[in-house]
Amino acid sequence: MSVVQDLPTPGGARGMRTRASAFGGRHRSLSITLGMALVAAVLPVLAGVPPFSSFQPQAAWIDGFTNAGVFVLLALGLNIVVGVAGLLDLGYAAFFAIGSYAYAYAASPFGNQILGINVQAALGDAAGLVFWPMLAIGALVAALFGVLLGAPTLRLRGDYLAIVTLGFGEIVPIVFLNSDAVTNGTNGIGGIYRPYLPGFGAYSATNPWPYYITTVAVVTLVLILCYRLVESRIGRAWEAIREDELAAAANGINTVTTKLLAFALGASTAGIAGVLNTAKLTVVSPDQFTFVISFTVLAMVVLGGMGNFWGVAVGAFVIYTINNVVLKSLNQFFQSVGVPILKDIDFLQLQFLLYGLALVAMMLLRPEGLFPNSRRTRELHADVVPVEEDAEGEAAAGGAAGGAGEGGR
Amino acid sequence: MSDRPNILEAVRVTRRFGGLVAVNEVDFTIPEGSIVSLIGPNGAGKTTFFNVLLGIIDPTSGSVQFAGRRMIARPRRAGLESLVWVLPSIAVVLVGLALAAAGILGGAGIALAAVVAIGLLVATLLLAIVRPLWYQAFLVRLGIFRSARPNDMVQAGMGRTFQNIRLFKNMTAVENVLIGMHSRMHASPLDAFFSTRRGRREEAASDRRAQELLALVGLRGIGNELAKNLPYGDQRRLEIARALASSPRLLLLDEPAAGMNPKETLDLMKLISRLRADLGLTVLLIEHDMKVVMGISDRVTVLDAGRKIAEGTPEQVRSDPRVIEAYLGKPAA
Repeated sequence: MSVVQDLPTPGGARGMRTRASAFGGRHRSLSITLGMALVAAVLPVLAGVPPFSSFQPQAAWIDGFTNAGVFVLLALGLNIVVGVAGLLDLGYAAFFAIGSYAYAYAASPFGNQILGINVQAALGDAAGLVFWPMLAIGALVAALFGVLLGAPTLRLRGDYLAIVTLGFGEIVPIVFLNSDAVTNGTNGIGGIYRPYLPGFGAYSATNPWPYYITTVAVVTLVLILCYRLVESRIGRAWEAIREDELAAAANGINTVTTKLLAFALGASTAGIAGVLNTAKLTVVSPDQFTFVISFTVLAMVVLGGMGNFWGVAVGAFVIYTINNVVLKSLNQFFQSVGVPILKDIDFLQLQFLLYGLALVAMMLLRPEGLFPNSRRTRELHADVVPVEEDAEGEAAAGGAAGGAGEGGR
Repeated sequence: MSDRPNILEAVRVTRRFGGLVAVNEVDFTIPEGSIVSLIGPNGAGKTTFFNVLLGIIDPTSGSVQFAGRRMIARPRRAGLESLVWVLPSIAVVLVGLALAAAGILGGAGIALAAVVAIGLLVATLLLAIVRPLWYQAFLVRLGIFRSARPNDMVQAGMGRTFQNIRLFKNMTAVENVLIGMHSRMHASPLDAFFSTRRGRREEAASDRRAQELLALVGLRGIGNELAKNLPYGDQRRLEIARALASSPRLLLLDEPAAGMNPKETLDLMKLISRLRADLGLTVLLIEHDMKVVMGISDRVTVLDAGRKIAEGTPEQVRSDPRVIEAYLGKPAA
């Protein structure tokens, strides 16, 4: 039991935050937009100068950043489900798959034939225009499946929920794999149209810039929406459910619909990521959506800092870049230098060992992640008073006032 | 008090756990605007009865009417509910098949019927999950009944606190109260996405109201303090403020004085009396502290071994031989 004195609160950055959110999300949204624009402008410059330009050409970097952006989207979506609402979802790649296939059906000759429509005949060379509405439709379709998966799992908690979602994550790719007639089985669906926007550079395999800019724009938008959502009454309800589901229900929160909403919105973000990714790859096949994707995204969320959207975004970006650039470069580096043992190691094959080590180290040293959410930190370090601020400047002014808090939760 | 209408009426509520009858045919009413206490020795069935009233567990038999609506009873024909949401889509499929067999419907028509059927199935499934009030009323008309869930009871005007404090410890006091206000707020995800004027106005108004409620229970100025850092007595008060945030008509307090020192207990009694006076609140109290019970209750009900053994004003109950026996044992012959 707490024996802390009832000290007056020193000012309160938290109160300011509440006032600021009452003021309107406009300020926050503007700062996110500016921040993302800055990052998006700096990254290509960095990629063009040594030492980074020595790893790979600038265009390859830009392409890599775009792919990283897709994973940032996935991590943002999973963060809603796992980080904010506290529902462990191990089958998140399923929604990525659903979004991807949704775009494939809308934007390929094979898919169009199945649906009984013909986008190419209607739009001609501008068939890629279908990409833009599909960003929203893909999100809706994935959200629908999020609800369908969420509905039967709502009574489950913790491990049991994880097992069921794991199963769903395995089922979806298998369905796509075995429904030959409508999905073209292992070969997947090819010939998917690239996006098209009049007056904007051509989307092509050789020109990474349009994809890069599109991805940055989508990530910015999703980031803004995520922040607005968690600072609303719905975000509060998710956090309440994560902390104490019975108390949340006893305070009038409809836990069923609130959890479903978390599933649906998390899934819709994955759907958007799927549409974006497929429009870039122009081919979709079931083997793209293995458990590895679900696991990687979960690792990104955990390493980045569950509950904190900026942290998760940065975590996803860093992990993706390490995975796909740094490890490859390490191989080249050690081979070129000719270090005896190290040059024979394929670091790419070691990536899961490295993940595992990183996760174990993380759980031991900093369970709240690299860029933690202040509330999560409090939950994980119930006996320590947090003094640091997180990325949002959510200073734990109240927490700093007292001594030891109550143990556990 | 008896001339006032009853806000809550429990009729012959029974709850069995295997061979144990935890609550045995208890009739219980709460007149609007009164403070009613439920007491009894440990294991008397108070908490089980409380949980039945709140929709946390279903009664084995009997029913509870709250605010003029039958909210809680044993589920009836609950299995039939699935038919309600499957039947429309089956009907669409059958009609589609019939039309196809008659040659009226082509291939595209069959596909359309399939899409409509799946859409209907999803829609009705969602309906069954969300369970809006009109849907529940519709089910009742079909003779299907399922008890209200805890959040439905809050929506209908019942607020509660917990015997062992269950605040959201890592949230601030204001955030705790705001969560209590959740069921009275209406901002949708779209309001949040587009940061609509409606949503922002509601958020600002809720914030003000939360501060008012904190002041009402005597916690002015600690709004930004984390719940877990508050002293014990303040945590109790904060829980009351959170329960009040849903603007309840009936407040259920589960041992609010447990673990309090005499001064805190006295303050609590004043607070409860004031809440009734200021907010026109009805209060149901489960309490061990006889000073509190006898001090502020209009009526006291005594449970023992699942049965109601006495009911009346504090004076009547205090001198009731059965109550004395239940608490102190039979007098030596």
